[in-house]
Amino acid sequence: MINLDLLKNVQPGLDLANLPIEQRAFTINNLNLYYGDKQALTNVSMAIPKGQVTAFIGPSGCGKSTLLRCLNRMNDLVDTCRIDGEILLDQHNIYDKSVDVATLRRHVGMVFQRPNPFPKSIYENVVYGLRLQGVKKRSVLDQAVEESLQGAALWKEVKDRLHDNAFGLSGGQQQRLVIARAIAIKPKVLLLDEPTSALDPISTLVVEELICELKQKFTVVIVTHNMQQAARVSDNTAFMYMGELIEYSDTNTLFTTPAKKQTEDYITGRYG
Amino acid sequence: MNKQNLKRHISGQFNSELENIRHQVLAMGGLIEQQLSDAISAIHHLDSNLAHQIIKNDQKVNAFEVAIDQQCMRIIAKRQPTAGDLRLIFAISKTVTDLERIGDSAKKLANVALEKIDQSKKPLLVSLENLGRQCIEMLHQVLDSFARMDAERAYLVHGQDAKIDQQYEKLVRELMTYMMEDPRSIPAIMEVMWAARALERVGDRVQNIAEYVIYFVKGQDIRHLDEQQLSEIMASGIS
Repeated sequence: MINLDLLKNVQPGLDLANLPIEQRAFTINNLNLYYGDKQALTNVSMAIPKGQVTAFIGPSGCGKSTLLRCLNRMNDLVDTCRIDGEILLDQHNIYDKSVDVATLRRHVGMVFQRPNPFPKSIYENVVYGLRLQGVKKRSVLDQAVEESLQGAALWKEVKDRLHDNAFGLSGGQQQRLVIARAIAIKPKVLLLDEPTSALDPISTLVVEELICELKQKFTVVIVTHNMQQAARVSDNTAFMYMGELIEYSDTNTLFTTPAKKQTEDYITGRYG
Repeated sequence: MNKQNLKRHISGQFNSELENIRHQVLAMGGLIEQQLSDAISAIHHLDSNLAHQIIKNDQKVNAFEVAIDQQCMRIIAKRQPTAGDLRLIFAISKTVTDLERIGDSAKKLANVALEKIDQSKKPLLVSLENLGRQCIEMLHQVLDSFARMDAERAYLVHGQDAKIDQQYEKLVRELMTYMMEDPRSIPAIMEVMWAARALERVGDRVQNIAEYVIYFVKGQDIRHLDEQQLSEIMASGIS
C-alpha cells in the first residue's frame, strides 16, 4: 500500500496573526521607539512563537537590530531612547516598572556579531553566569560546562583543553563558546544579532546547524543581513523596512510567495 | 556522485529535506507502477471496478506531483543548491513531471477497460498486455536506477525504449489487419490503438527519466544525443 502520509511531512506554517497565547514567547503590541527625535520603530506588532527560530531581515537601518535589542531591554543603555507600546514575555510586560532587568536578561540571553569571550579560560567563560548567580559547587559547574558545550556543538573540540585561554580558539569556535556561555544559565529565549557575519562559510554552516538544534530547547530570535541565512535557519521570517514591519510569515511562504511587493523586491535583490 | 554523498551536508536539515524528497519521488513511482499494472489487469479482465479505482487514484498521483514540485521550489529558494544538489533538484522536478504523465497514461488505459469491448475481440488485447508488461518492467528498472542513482543501469533502460517502439509498430500493423478484415470492429480497435499509443508514450517518458538520472550522476545533459556520443559520455564521467 502506498503511504500517502509522506506528503504530510511538510509542516504547514503557523498562523502567526492568531497564535494562541500559550504558543507565544513574545507578544509585541504597537511598539514605537525613538532615538531622540528620530523614530526608529513604528507601530510594530507581532507574536514570536515558542520553540522556533524567528528571523528579522531587512536593509541596514531598517530597525531589525533595534527591535531585537528591545526584547531584552538592551536599548535601556541608550540615553536618548524612548519607547511606547508593550512587549509581553509570558504575558508580562517586560517594560513594566517592576521588572528587574538583570533577571529579564537571564531569561533572554544574547549573542552578538563579533565573538566576545572574556579573557579567561574556556571553562570560566561558560560558568561565568553561574558564578554570578552564586553557584559554587564544582560538580554542578562541571556538569553545566559539559552540557552547555555539548549544546553548542563545541564539546568534542575543546574537552581536552577546557582550561586554555578562550582567545586561543578560532572565530567560529569562539562564537560557539559565547553561545555555550549564553545557554549555560538556561534562558528561555536566545537572541542572536548577526551571529555569523564575522565567520567563514564553513563555521557559518556549523553555527547555522547549531541554531536548528538550539530551537529544541530555546526560542531563538535572529537578526541577519544574509537573507539566505534567514531562509536556511528560520521557521518564521519578518521583513522590516524603515522601522516598519512589512511582512511577517512562515519562512517557506515568505521566500517562495511573499504577499507584499516590497518583500518580493528585497528578497529578489531589487532594492535595499 | 554516490548516494552517500547526498547525506554529507553540514546542515542536517538540508540532508533530511533532500532525503525526504527522494523518498517521495520513489513513493510516487511505486504508486504509478501500481496504477499501470492495475490498468493492464483491468483491461485483461475488463474489470470496470478496478478501472474506476485507477481513475480515482490518479488524483493521488497529481497530489504527489504538486507536493514534490513545491518542495523543490522551497529547497531552491531556501538552500541555493549547487552542483550535484542542484542537478538533483532539477532531475527530481523533471522526473515527477514525466511520472505524472505516465500516471495519465494509466488513466487512459483504464478508460479503455471501461469501453464495452466485445469478448470476441479479446485476442486483440493480448498484444496490448504484452506491451504493457514491458513498459511496467522498464518503469520498475528506471525507478530502481533512480533509487540507487545508478547511471549504468539507467543507460540500459534508456536503450530499451527501442524495443517498446518496435513492439508498438508490430501491434499497430496487427490492429490494421484486423480493421481491414472487419471494418465493423474499427471503433473497438481504435480504443486499443489509443491504449497502445499511451503505452508507447510511457516508454518515451521512462527514457526521459533515465536521462535525468544520467544527467544527475554524470553531470552531462544527454538529451537528443546519438548513440555514439551517449556511449562516449557513459565511458567517461565524473561519477
